[in-house]
Formats: sequence, C-alpha cells, structure tokens
Amino acid sequence: MENSLNQYLELIQGNLATIDANAPEALDALRPEAVEALRRFGRLPRRGDEGFPNASPEEMFAPDYGLNITRRPIPADVAASFRCDVPNISTLTAIVVGDSFHPTATLLKNLPEGIEVMSLARAAKEHPTLVSQYLNKLAANSSAPVALNTALLQDGVFIRAARGARLDKAIQIVNIFNTPVAMMAVRRVLIVAEEDSALRVLLCDHSQRADVDYLSSQVVEIFAGKDASVELYDIEESSARTRRLSSVFVRQDSGASFFSTGCALCGGDSIASSRIDLEGAGASASLGALVIASGSRHIDNSVLLTHAAPHCTSRQLFKYALFDDSRGAFGGKVVVRPGAVRTDAAQTNRNLLVGEHSTMHSDPQLEIYCDDVKASHGATTGQLDARALFYMRSRGIPEDEARRMLVQAFMMDVADSIRLDALRDRMRLLVEKRLGGDASASCADCAACK
Amino acid sequence: MAEKENTPPINGEYKYGFTSDIPTDYIPHGLSEEVVRMISEKKGEPQWLLDFRLEAYRYWKTLEMPRWAHLDIPPIDYQDIIYYAAPKQKKAPGSLDEVDPALLDTFNRLGIPLEEQKALSGMAVDAVMDSVSVKTTHREKLAELGIIFCSFSEAVKQYPDLVRKYLGKVVSYRDNFFAALNSAVFSDGSFVYIPKGVRCPMELSTYFRINASGTGQFERTLIVADDDAYVSYLEGCTAPMRDENQLHAAIVEIIVEERAEVKYSTVQNWYAGDAEGRGGVYNFVTKRGLCRGDYSKLYWTQVETGSAITWKYPSCILKGEGSVGEFYSVAVTNNRQQADTGTKMIHIGRNSRSTIVSKGISAGHSQNSYRGLVKVAPGADGVRNYTQCDSLLLSDTCGAHTFPYIDVQNPSAIVEHEATTSKISEDQIFYCNQRGIPTEEAVGLIVNGYAKEVMNKLPMEFAVEAQKLLSITLENSVG
Amino acid sequence: MQPILKVENLRAGIEGKEILKGINLTVNPGEVHAIMGPNGSGKSTFSGVLAGDPRFTVLGGSAVLDGTQLLDLPPETRSHAGLFLSFQYPVEIPGVTMVNFMRAAVNAKRKYLNEDPLSAAEFLKLMRQKRAIVELDNKLASRSVNEGFSGGEKKRNEIFQMAMLEPKLSILDETDSGLDIDALRIVAGGVNKLRTDRNATIVITHYQRLLDYIRPDFVHILYKGRIVYSGGPELALELEEKGYDWIKEQVGE
Repeated sequence: MENSLNQYLELIQGNLATIDANAPEALDALRPEAVEALRRFGRLPRRGDEGFPNASPEEMFAPDYGLNITRRPIPADVAASFRCDVPNISTLTAIVVGDSFHPTATLLKNLPEGIEVMSLARAAKEHPTLVSQYLNKLAANSSAPVALNTALLQDGVFIRAARGARLDKAIQIVNIFNTPVAMMAVRRVLIVAEEDSALRVLLCDHSQRADVDYLSSQVVEIFAGKDASVELYDIEESSARTRRLSSVFVRQDSGASFFSTGCALCGGDSIASSRIDLEGAGASASLGALVIASGSRHIDNSVLLTHAAPHCTSRQLFKYALFDDSRGAFGGKVVVRPGAVRTDAAQTNRNLLVGEHSTMHSDPQLEIYCDDVKASHGATTGQLDARALFYMRSRGIPEDEARRMLVQAFMMDVADSIRLDALRDRMRLLVEKRLGGDASASCADCAACK
Repeated sequence: MAEKENTPPINGEYKYGFTSDIPTDYIPHGLSEEVVRMISEKKGEPQWLLDFRLEAYRYWKTLEMPRWAHLDIPPIDYQDIIYYAAPKQKKAPGSLDEVDPALLDTFNRLGIPLEEQKALSGMAVDAVMDSVSVKTTHREKLAELGIIFCSFSEAVKQYPDLVRKYLGKVVSYRDNFFAALNSAVFSDGSFVYIPKGVRCPMELSTYFRINASGTGQFERTLIVADDDAYVSYLEGCTAPMRDENQLHAAIVEIIVEERAEVKYSTVQNWYAGDAEGRGGVYNFVTKRGLCRGDYSKLYWTQVETGSAITWKYPSCILKGEGSVGEFYSVAVTNNRQQADTGTKMIHIGRNSRSTIVSKGISAGHSQNSYRGLVKVAPGADGVRNYTQCDSLLLSDTCGAHTFPYIDVQNPSAIVEHEATTSKISEDQIFYCNQRGIPTEEAVGLIVNGYAKEVMNKLPMEFAVEAQKLLSITLENSVG
Repeated sequence: MQPILKVENLRAGIEGKEILKGINLTVNPGEVHAIMGPNGSGKSTFSGVLAGDPRFTVLGGSAVLDGTQLLDLPPETRSHAGLFLSFQYPVEIPGVTMVNFMRAAVNAKRKYLNEDPLSAAEFLKLMRQKRAIVELDNKLASRSVNEGFSGGEKKRNEIFQMAMLEPKLSILDETDSGLDIDALRIVAGGVNKLRTDRNATIVITHYQRLLDYIRPDFVHILYKGRIVYSGGPELALELEEKGYDWIKEQVGE
C-alpha cells in the first residue's frame, strides 16, 4: 500500500541540515522527537481508520508538493494595506505567504501595549522562555499529521496578550498560496492569552491560483489563562485544489472563555480537528462550524472536548449543507472527567443532504464519569422541510429560490453567532452568494486575490 | 411471570442465586477440535453440522477477542471453560414424570413451572439448563397450527432441512469472535418456525439457567417467521451466585419474511457478581434479525439488569421494502457492572423505518455505554430513523457513555438522534421524601417512570417482573 | 362573464386513499363561497389540491382559475396566476425573515407579470400599507416567518400576505380555528377590506361563527368528499342549529 509519509521522512532525513539551518534553534529542537513519533506512527491515517470515514490524510499528502525549506522569499505583492475585504472591519493584518510571515505596516503601528504579533522565528529569539514553555506542549506530536507539521516546522505566527491586555480589534492572518507549482505550507500558530487578557484572531485562507495543487498543514495551539477570552474565526475560501488539514488545540484555565467559528465555503478536501481541554473551573467553550460543500469535496470535522474541572460550560453547533456528491463527517466527543461537577455540555450536529449523492457520517459521543452533569447531544440528517418549501411556493416563490432561502436560513444561526459584527455581516453575504452559485464568493473582492 | 406466595421478601439479594444439586454430565475442560467433535457426537449430529462447527472453530482460532467496546474485560482463559455440561438424564424426557424432580424444582423456584396445568396459560416455555433443553411445554397445541417450537437439538434431528436452510444465515460464524466461538461449541437452544399466515396464539418463551460450575453457556436460538406470520418471543435468564466468572456467548438469529412480525423480549438477569465485582456472568451475545420480506417487522425489547459484563447489540437488517425495526432497551448497571449495549439498524430496503429508544441507568462504580449504528445504504430511498438515548446517573463514581454512529449514504433519508445525560433529579426525590416516600423507594419510582416507555413494550407478565428487577438492582445505590 | 374558479368532477386522494370523490364548484367574481363540513370530509384536501400541495394526488377532473388550468402547474405558478391559500396551520420557517420572504414572493410575481422588481424603498412602503389592514405589528416583520407567532398573529400574518399578493381567489382554510373573538374580528375585517367585485373568496370553516363576520353568498356542505348541499347563507344557520348529524340523516345514513 502507498505510504506518502515516507517521502516526507526521506525529505527530512536528506535535508535535515538545510531545514535546521533555516529555522531557529528552538524549533529545530522539536524536530528529532517529532521525527521519532512519525516513525512510530509509521503512516498517515487513511480513509476507514477510526475517525476518518471520508477524507484521507494519506491521499492528501500523497502528491509531490514543493516545500520551501530554504526559506526563499516567494514573490508576493505584500502591499502595505493588503487585506481581505471584510468591509467596515478594521483588522490588524499579517500575511502569511506559503508559510512565511509578513506583518503589514498597520499591524506594526497599531499594536497596543501588551499585545504582540510576530513570526514564530522572531518570537523564538525574543521570547525564548515563552516559546519553549508553550510551543508543541498541547499538540505534542499527538497524531501523525501533527507530528509532521512539527517535524517540518521552520516558522509560524506568534500572538501573545500579556496579563490584562485586551484587544478589541481582530488580528487577521491572511494565509496565501500563490506559487505556480504545487506547494505545501507548514502553518503554525501559537496563541498565548495570559490572565485576564482578550484576543480575537481571524484566519483567512486564500489561493490565488485555482489550477495548482496546494496543501495547508495547520496546527494552532491556544493557551487561555485565567479569565482570558479568545475568539478564533477560521474562514476557508480557497480553491477546489487547495486541501487542508488543520488541528487546533486549546487549553483553558479557570474562567477562561474560548469562542470559535469555522466556515468552509469554497475549497478542497478539508479535515479539521479540535481538542479543547477545559482545565480550570468555570471555563467555557463555544464551537461552531458552517460547512457548504459541493462537487466531490470531503469535509471532516472532529472535536474532542474534555470537561476536566467543575462548573464548565461547552456548546457545539456544527452545520453542513452538502450538495452534489460531497461528503461530510462529524465526530464529536465530549468527555466529562470524574469531579467535573456542574458540567453543562451540549453538542448539536445538523446536516442537510441536498445533492443526489451526498452522504454524511455523524458520530456524536458522550463519555461521562461524573454524576452531577447536564449533557446532551443531537444529530439530525435530512432534507429541507417539505412543508416550508410548499408554503413558500404557495406564496409564489419559485422552487429553486425557496430552496436557496431555506438552506441559507438553515445556516444562519451559525453565522449569527459570530461576535465580530462586520465579519458576521460578511459571512451572511458570503453564504448567500455561495448558495446563489456565485463562484466569485470565494475571495470576493479581496485585493490579495486579484 | 407469576409471583409465588412462598417467595421470600425481596431484600436486595440476588434471589436466583441458589445452586441445585443435580447430577451433571460434563466433558473435560478446554477447547480443541476434539472437544468440538465430542459435543457433536454427544448430540448425535449429522455430518454437515459437525463440518459447520469445525469450520467455525478453525476460524475462531485465527481471531482475537474484540477490544473496541468500552469495557474492561479481564483475560479469559478459554481452555479453562467446560464447553458442555448437561443434567444427567437417561434419555430425552417424554413426559414430566421422566424429568429429574430436582430439575423441576429448580425451575419451580425460578417461577417457571414446567407442569402444563400449572404453567401460565398463554405462554409456552422451553427451559434450558446449562447446555441442554430440559422441557418444552405446550408443544402439541402449537403443533396443531403447524408451529414448531422445540429445542435446537431436536430441531436438528426432526427438521434438518429447515435448520440447515437458516442456520448461520443472519449471523455468520465469521461475524465476530464470540459468534465463531458459539458456532463451534453451541450446545442447545430453541428453534421456532411459524408457518405462513399463522399468528402464534401464545407467547413463546425460553428460560436459560446456568447451574453447573466452571461451565460456559453457548446456546443458539433460531426464529423463522414465514410470510404474514406473527410471534412474540420472550427470553429470561438467571445463574447461581458463584465467585468465578461464567461465560455466556449466545447467538440469536431471526428471519422475518413478507409482512411477518416478530417481537423478541429479553429480561436479562444473569448473576451480576457481588458488590466488589467478584463473580458474575460475562454476557457476550450476538443477536440479529433479518427483515427479509417487504413490510416485515422486528421489535427488540430488552431489560438488562444482570451480568458482570454485557456486550450485546440486538440488530435489524432492514432489507425488505417498508420493513420496520425497533429497539427498546433499559440497561441498569450497579456496583462494578459494565455494559456496552445498543443496536444496529442497517437500512437496505426502500422506505424502511427504525426507532431506537435506549435508557441507561448507572449506579455504584458501574460503566454503562450505549453503542449504536444507523446506516442507510445508497439504494435505500425514503428511510426514516429516530433515536433517543437517555442516561441517568445515580452516583458520582459511575460512568455513562453514548456512542452512536450515523452513516447516511442516501440523501433522501431522515435520521434523527438525540441523547441526554443527567443526574437523578434531587427535586423529584425531595418531593417524594416530603410525601413520606423513603429515598430508596423514591429512586425506584423515578427510575421506573424513566424507563416506562421501554417497559410498556414488554408483555404484561414480563413487565411486572422487570419493574421489580429494576428496583432490586438499584437498592443501596443512592448514597 | 368568465368565472374566477371552475372546478369540475375533481377527484383527489392521499397515500392511495381517495378523499375527494368528484367536486363541482363555480365561483364568480365578487362572490364569497363558504364550504362547511364535518371533520374528515375533505375540506382541507380541497384547498390543498387547488394550491398544489404535493402531499395530495389528483385522480381526475379539472380546476380552472380565471382561464388558467391549475392542476398541472407548480404551486408557485398557481400563486402567480392569482390563487392564495391561507393555511390552517401556517408553517414556521426559522431563519427566513418575513421581509425577505415577502420580497421574494412579491418580486417573483412581478417577474411572472413581466414587471420590474420593487426597489427596497417601494417594497417597504408597500409592507407598511398592507400591514395596517390587519394591524400587524412592525416587529413581526423583522422576525422569522411565523416563528414564535401566537395563533392570532399567524392568522393575521396570512391575511397580511394575502393583502401583499392581491390574489384573484383567496381560500381561507379554517382561518377561524384557534382565534379569540378580537383576533377573529381583525382577521375578518382584513378579508372584507380586500374584497372587490373582481376577486373572490372561498371560506372553509367548521363553524358558523366566522360567517357572521364574512358574509357568504353561497354555502356548500362537503361530506365524504362530495358537495351534498348548496344554498344561501341560511344553510349555514340551519347547519349550526341542527348539527352535522342532520346532514348524515339527509344523505341517508
């Protein structure tokens, strides 16, 4: 059987000196253990492995992607005010071309006291203690794709809010693919929100060429200290040939709140996993996802959310609208550890099968080891409400339009929950355009993508 | 089941825990091809059945015990089990006079009188002790309607064509580790055939009893409901209290033809072990029905209160167009019990429908899991499924888990799953207390109310028994 | 004069069961017809079949709306042609606001009539005007369609939509069910305001009560899928007095 991991192991083995030389020592130090872990895993997960009913990391990583291990600057028009067009939103933007970090002038000028956004390479020099304290502590080579990300890691994004620092504006990281040859980006984001701080981070994925294969390997680690608040928005609007495997790890201390929304609108196969550890009493986490897939795209989301402390709250809302032959999967596990009393956990997965050959796997799971809990999950897979459809048509709304309106309505609660006003409006519009069959909904009007 | 007047008051002890002193015919410990041949020979089986057993045995040897369930199963030494034990009888009893009185007494104490005049009217019983069927009641009356209800061994002799036609067709010996084991060494069980258009006028029931020490029980039940037939089938089980663990690995196969309807109800009360988790039955059972005919229906209802470890997933393969599968389950675990139980609904036929209602109740240090699969095959248009899984927690040291797998490969399906887990309501208990009801009794009331939706699906006699069982199982469970 | 609705020998059923067993009905401009009948007589089937409810199957006969053959048309085209059904149970559509819903409906009809879509300002003005007819609260317009509306609000919302779409034929299916007397008066008042000599109304009801407010010109009694009696408004009063058992006796049961 194919084993696409081998080509990466060979690449690392043959070029270790080059990889190390082009990365800070703090990242090089993680490499041996990651490689060791990869050898132990032996291969990447395949379709059919536990947790991978549809998408296959093995296949995702199989093509011969280029890797920028010599850190050659990739030409990109990194204009000063270069940002994704989210109207009326004033974000502090950094651009990641491939996997190289470029801050904008606005970002550099406007960062308030206590908030830092920089390349991981620079952070390794300026904050060696912080980086060694946090980097890879959650991800910890816990799966083959995560270990591969660490083994190839040379740079990334470092975001930190010092104790008490609160930033209302969103920090926007625009991830761009633009090379004329197939490319893989090793993307890494480390977010440290110290006690009582507040951060909002917006990740946008864009591909400037629709005819080239790209692969994004993304690992995000988030530490939310006592009473800190972190919001993470992850918007995929790339191309059908841009595949993505993203792993998000979050650890929350007492009273910390984490809010995230993922939107998969346009793009290739996507596998996203999140692991949320509610370690401190009174922490809360809210995760949402909005998936609209067409063609033969596969979208997998999985969540492992652990209530390890008392009085924590968690909410999950994952919604899929699957057109054509697209395939969706949702795996969600909520674990309530002994002693996590007064847990309040709810998980919802709702799926619309619109396409004639669309399919859905849903595995919501509860594992509860404590009695004083309120936990629920619900999963439904079905079609548009036939009564609603008839009601609309009886008022003269043509069937196609009625269907579109209903799918849009189905998605609205996820979009509505977005806490960033301008982004919320933008997402509503993008969903509408996407459902209207407007392919330009992807990267609509974004200066970066023109 | 009728309550007998001389039954001692329920005190939370396992009231079926007595042993009976009955001369028993054993074969030596352990499992080998020779043992398989010996079992087959003792039963005077035809060559084809021996071949079936041997194939199963050889396949079993290549397997390892499954570990995917949320269960902590201690290593089982399959060579330390006696695979065949039978109460010594000179020959198959023709009438009750020929049955060992100690045996009759055992079943009387279990509340299963085998004398037909005393037996509950409206229920025919096949009593299985250890590896063999002791007595099947009401056979003549059933035979008038063309209904076959007899022990499996007898069916092999008298209806070999029927048995051969259906045996292993729903649960292949290749299905899983325990199915392979059972197929190699099964000793007895019940066989039911309801001919075309016949509604079975009485409940059919098999009562399983493990008596002999150091033995496993490996019975096999095969139920065939031909076109337009109907039958309601009940299964009950108990075992003596022993410090050792006893293995029970059964197979139930059901075939439901066009427009036929089968109800299969189980009250599982194998010995659960003591409060510290010593002893008890390992209940590793494969139950599956094939709704082969269009508009066929299969209803599983189970009340699981016993066994140290339960691993069972009564399932429906809904192949016929418009076929219907239902699974109603109450699983109670207390002390150190572990249960991993649920169902599979495999929708292949168009417009097939299924309903799953599972109520888990966990107390003490027990672990209780619901595991289910709802699968809609690509060609199955218009499928509907509704699943409701609730878990009730009675202690802070137990665990309640829900693992539903939903795989929809046809976009016209509507599949709904809901699950909740919560603690028993303190408000409800207090309300009962205030009205003078002690906590223990209040818990029994509340739990019975919680399980009512499932209990209502049981035949009347069973429902009463099951309600008592729930309360008994949970005694001393609320601190 | 061309009738607004001409139904001939209409037969229809649900899930293989025949419910309407040959309905004949002619409705002329300016007329109000009441259709009464006991539960299960086929009243709601009749309105559903005319509106194109996919749950029902037409087994035979014809229905012509102002010269347009209805039965082969999709529901939206029937609406464009001038048919309006006030639902007995208006459907809740979470996530779709009333404004978006009505704008889609009004502009679809304008497109059918080869008219330009209304501008946002024009549309909102129209909403305001029509809302007044049934005293519908402005707040309801910004909420999802029927979601969380009270019984009375839902029925007022139906009449509001009728006002927006200006149908030739309105069918009010049990519009009085679940309404208190004040709501009933408002709803009936709205219907009366919308009456002209060019449109027509069919009122389907179980009780005489609604007919005190919306005076019918003709009353038909539907029983077991057939119109067994037709008469003037006095028929409704007689029915109220004698009860449906009287009908059963009359048809010889």
